[in-house]
Amino acid sequence: MKLRIIVTLKNGVLDPQGKAIQHALSGLGFDGVDDVRAGKIFELDVADWTSDSAIDEMCRKLLANTVIENYRVERA
Amino acid sequence: MKTAVIVFPGSNCDRDIAVALEAVTGRKPDMVWHGESDLPEGLGLIALPGGFSYGDYLRCGAIAARSPVVKAVVEAANRGTPVIGICNGFQVLTETGLLPGALMRNSGLDFVCRDVPLSVENSQSIFTSGYRAGETITVPVAHHDGNYFADAETLDRLEGEGRVAFRYAEDINGSARGIAGVLNQAGNVLGMMPHPERRIEAAHGGIDGRRLFEGLLHAIA
Repeated sequence: MKLRIIVTLKNGVLDPQGKAIQHALSGLGFDGVDDVRAGKIFELDVADWTSDSAIDEMCRKLLANTVIENYRVERA
Repeated sequence: MKTAVIVFPGSNCDRDIAVALEAVTGRKPDMVWHGESDLPEGLGLIALPGGFSYGDYLRCGAIAARSPVVKAVVEAANRGTPVIGICNGFQVLTETGLLPGALMRNSGLDFVCRDVPLSVENSQSIFTSGYRAGETITVPVAHHDGNYFADAETLDRLEGEGRVAFRYAEDINGSARGIAGVLNQAGNVLGMMPHPERRIEAAHGGIDGRRLFEGLLHAIA
């Protein structure tokens, strides 16, 4: 089973990398980009019997730091 | 005093802290590799050094925080053993949950490497008893991810409980409320981004860092 786990900074947490990318886009002449948030994607290939709770635990214990980050899981 | 320095693949300030601890305690620390599952008995201090454990992959300190030896460090900290995490060590301590908050990319996106003035916010802890509250000291920093973040409620609690040990006297990385170092609730765990182990001898430009270790030695003797 293939999983895609998307980790993004929580709303309200300043994202300096996103800000720098936004400035770069504006420097390239792309107007109207109001905000950019940078994040991470993990693609996992896991055994079919992997439970939802195990996937959730992987996210909470390691892949995301829930002090500053949110995560969501997509099944391919 | 018997001390230990935890060494991760990618630690690069392990020798600096070892030299500092030996200078102050008169005894070489035990260097403990990250794959160990036990710590030596009778430690007066465990130090998590600066560097780039596991290449900073995933997040700074995240993989180190899940290494076997850190499980033993967390247990020792919960039993009251003093633990100091400097720079990457601070990042590891927040990732374990021993300290609140998280360390994010510097707000200016630059790696900041220079001496910075710090204000000593609390001189009552075992780590800060060598200083006077309100005093300004100079300690070097060298980090890319030293921007301390915690939610407003946590920050209020830290300030209310006197757990902000050091604050930057100028904004160098965007840290919430200028926080450079925090204590756990019991006061036996300190995490800080600046490097006191790099200010041990007059030849380093001062001994403001040495006073932290001397104060600690005095406080727990």
